[in-house]
Amino acid sequence: MARFLELRNISKRFGGVQALKSVDLDIEAGEVHCLAGENGCGKSTLIKIIAGVHPPDPGGTILIDGEEQSGLTPAESLRRGIQVIYQDLSLFPNMTVAENIAIEHQRGVRLLRWGPVQRIARSAMQQIGVSLDLDRHVSDLSIAERQLVAICRASANEARLVIMDEPTASLTRREVDALLHLTLELKRRSVAVVFVSHRLDEVLEIAERVTVLQNGEKRGTFDARDMTSRRLGELMTGRSFEHHVMDPLGAPTPPVLSVRGLSRSGDYEDISLSVREGEILGITGRLGSGRTELALSLFGMHRPDRGEILVAGRPVTLHSNREAIEHGIAYLSEDRLSLGLVMEQPIAANVAVTVIDRLLGRLGLVAADARQDLVRHWIGELGIKIGSPDDAVSTLSGGNQQRVGLAKWLATGPKLLILDSPTVGVDVGAKDGIYRIVRRLAEAGLAVILISDEIPEVFYNSHRVLVMREGRITGEFEPHRCEEAVLQEAVDA
Amino acid sequence: MRSGLRAFARTHEARLLAVTVLLFVFLSFATRNFFSIQNGLDLLTSYAFPGMLAAGLVVVIVAGGLDISFTAVASIAQFLAVSAIGRYDLGWAGLCGIAIGSGLLLGLLNAILVTWLRIASIIVTIAMLNVYYGLLMFLSHGNSINTLPGWYIDGLSWVIGADAHGNPYILNMQILGLGLSFLLTWLLLNRTTTGRQLRALGGNPEAAKRVGFSTLRLNMVAYGYMGFTAGLASIVEAQVAGSVVPNMLVGRELDVLAAVVLGGASLLGGIGSVSGTFIGLALLAMVHNGLILLGVSSFWIDCVTGFVFLTAVATIAWERRRQRAAIRRTIVAAA
Ligand SMILES: Nc1ncnc2c1ncn2[C@@H]1O[C@H](COP(=O)(O)OP(=O)(O)OP(=O)(O)O)[C@@H](O)[C@H]1O
Ligand SMILES: [Mg+2]
Repeated sequence: MARFLELRNISKRFGGVQALKSVDLDIEAGEVHCLAGENGCGKSTLIKIIAGVHPPDPGGTILIDGEEQSGLTPAESLRRGIQVIYQDLSLFPNMTVAENIAIEHQRGVRLLRWGPVQRIARSAMQQIGVSLDLDRHVSDLSIAERQLVAICRASANEARLVIMDEPTASLTRREVDALLHLTLELKRRSVAVVFVSHRLDEVLEIAERVTVLQNGEKRGTFDARDMTSRRLGELMTGRSFEHHVMDPLGAPTPPVLSVRGLSRSGDYEDISLSVREGEILGITGRLGSGRTELALSLFGMHRPDRGEILVAGRPVTLHSNREAIEHGIAYLSEDRLSLGLVMEQPIAANVAVTVIDRLLGRLGLVAADARQDLVRHWIGELGIKIGSPDDAVSTLSGGNQQRVGLAKWLATGPKLLILDSPTVGVDVGAKDGIYRIVRRLAEAGLAVILISDEIPEVFYNSHRVLVMREGRITGEFEPHRCEEAVLQEAVDA
Repeated sequence: MRSGLRAFARTHEARLLAVTVLLFVFLSFATRNFFSIQNGLDLLTSYAFPGMLAAGLVVVIVAGGLDISFTAVASIAQFLAVSAIGRYDLGWAGLCGIAIGSGLLLGLLNAILVTWLRIASIIVTIAMLNVYYGLLMFLSHGNSINTLPGWYIDGLSWVIGADAHGNPYILNMQILGLGLSFLLTWLLLNRTTTGRQLRALGGNPEAAKRVGFSTLRLNMVAYGYMGFTAGLASIVEAQVAGSVVPNMLVGRELDVLAAVVLGGASLLGGIGSVSGTFIGLALLAMVHNGLILLGVSSFWIDCVTGFVFLTAVATIAWERRRQRAAIRRTIVAAA
């Protein structure tokens, strides 16, 4: 196979952070190549160097088709056929879907005709098999829809290499399948694909070769056929991870939250459940099974039509999420990219924002020491990799941003913590870290509802698991009494 | 088409238009002189200067920047051009060439500073406002130019009709200049690739860079165009004023900014339209004019103008929050 891209001795330093250390990488034409590694190991940075967004530090060389590129710019990289779906999607929220997809068409200086813009956008969508309203503004789209727009944009142009930085983070299974299909189609046309994902099974499903980065250094490039997700996890982190199901809860404890006959038409039907102090209740099911809608009702954001919510045995009506927070309920939404974090604000401010009134000292001023302690505590506890707490959240790697989101909610010291897909985009090591934290919090008496579509995640980290389908609870399982496969079947059925 | 109409009805422009029309009807009945072609032409003439500047400013704001220095730029352009035609026989071409050329140059300088210094454009251009103004005072020694050549005083105008008493309706260069600026802005923003690149830059500068759009080049287009309109506006302003007074224009920045923001442009960049800006300008002009015709004292006029501005900005902010909340709900529902 012909070599399309070669990177030699690529390093990159941002202020005090050495993001990449002397990395080499080859990309063959028409191969599917995965980049794997922990959060903050430099995957996105490497991609941005290939795209010409960041120049590599002196000493590094980039060769495209064997030609050395000095001073690669984004425009040149695009002209050479390198298309990138960025982790932050890099869309224009103030413009329409059509214009975003056909943005390359706006290059140069000339009069503009809208016909080709629509045509380009339509054919790109057809190719992926999605249909979005071309005239909607991207700011009005959901994250999943935005991800589709970014994918369409990358495939609207003749490419030789398509790089996808966690493209599946918030897609439904059907859309993921469409994306994997697209990958194969690109491969057939001998377009190379570089793929980044923390869902290791997904990585191994489509990759031919896997390159592992650790702390900005390359651990090696491996043939994907000889690789298991467990081994890949070990290579990424240098540790191995054992999964154990949770022991059953000991002494009966009082329920923190119970729900009786809760319904909301179109979302979920006749839900009854209860979660006790110290218990982790897993809820799983396909996307669209109503789990997120249920969680939102428990957090006061969607009013149920019928049924009762009891907090500590007393019926409550939650009119808003503020009331839910007052009742000791915290909700970590599955979409941390668009909600919750203020990207341009310092990490410290983001962590402390939910508890700002508790940190008020005399005169109503925020006690700086208390805030610093709190922030330092959670950064340490969650192993968030940062330069300084005063850096903007936007300078963090994607996975570390999500941990900041988690820290923010844990800082409120809730009685019930609802986690909706808490490990999307988080690396194996950090996932393990998050599971440990959640287990420890539960041991200290916190009630947890853990929502996820990753079966192992709920199976190994819950005392009980509820399966939801089409808005109803269709099964209840206790991991210490059954096999993972049984739960899997119940979900797939 | 129906759905297009319905979508329009929900926009800020539509609401602003409704308020403007209501005010128009009200003033037509409440005052004797408002509803006349003559008053309309007078209004257009006296709002040509801020209007032309607004047409330039909306481009800068759409591109994610802000320019405050344009009144000083216009003052310099005016001073240089009118000094030159007082000394040499340059005619219209010389006048326009010098005014527009100097406006353009100062605009390009703004663009370079904003891009290279990477300081918020509002701060850079406030500083430049002072630099330009100081320079002008130094060059002019603070003296006005009170005698303009006869051909310039006469200006360019066409009679386009007459009222019942035989008084002519005159289409003057102020109205033409206003029309020309809005037309150019519309063409630039909506009919050229450069215009879409400007909008992309305003919407997400990092993404624009990643697509390979040059920030420097686009800033030069935006601030340069602002300088160009400032130069053009300064010509029609001096003509209607009949003199060039160095400290006459500086201080009117906020009226211009008010019209643009009233028209729905977002100071965060990426959002703003030509039609909105025009309606914003019309509303501001009508409030002013209406209050004068109603015999309200001029102190109150400033108060009311400020109040209208505040209400509009608050509605826009409220509407955006509401939309964001709605989006958040759909995002969550879709997930
Ligand atoms: N513009 C920047 N300024 C400062 N530091 C940066 C910048 N971009 C990245 N970094 C730092 O470089 C390191 C590598 O970040 P990068 O985004 O490449 O990680 P990643 O491997 O993509 O992680 P993730 O899986 O979480 O997305 C991180 O420590 C990050 O904080
Ligand atoms: Mg990344």
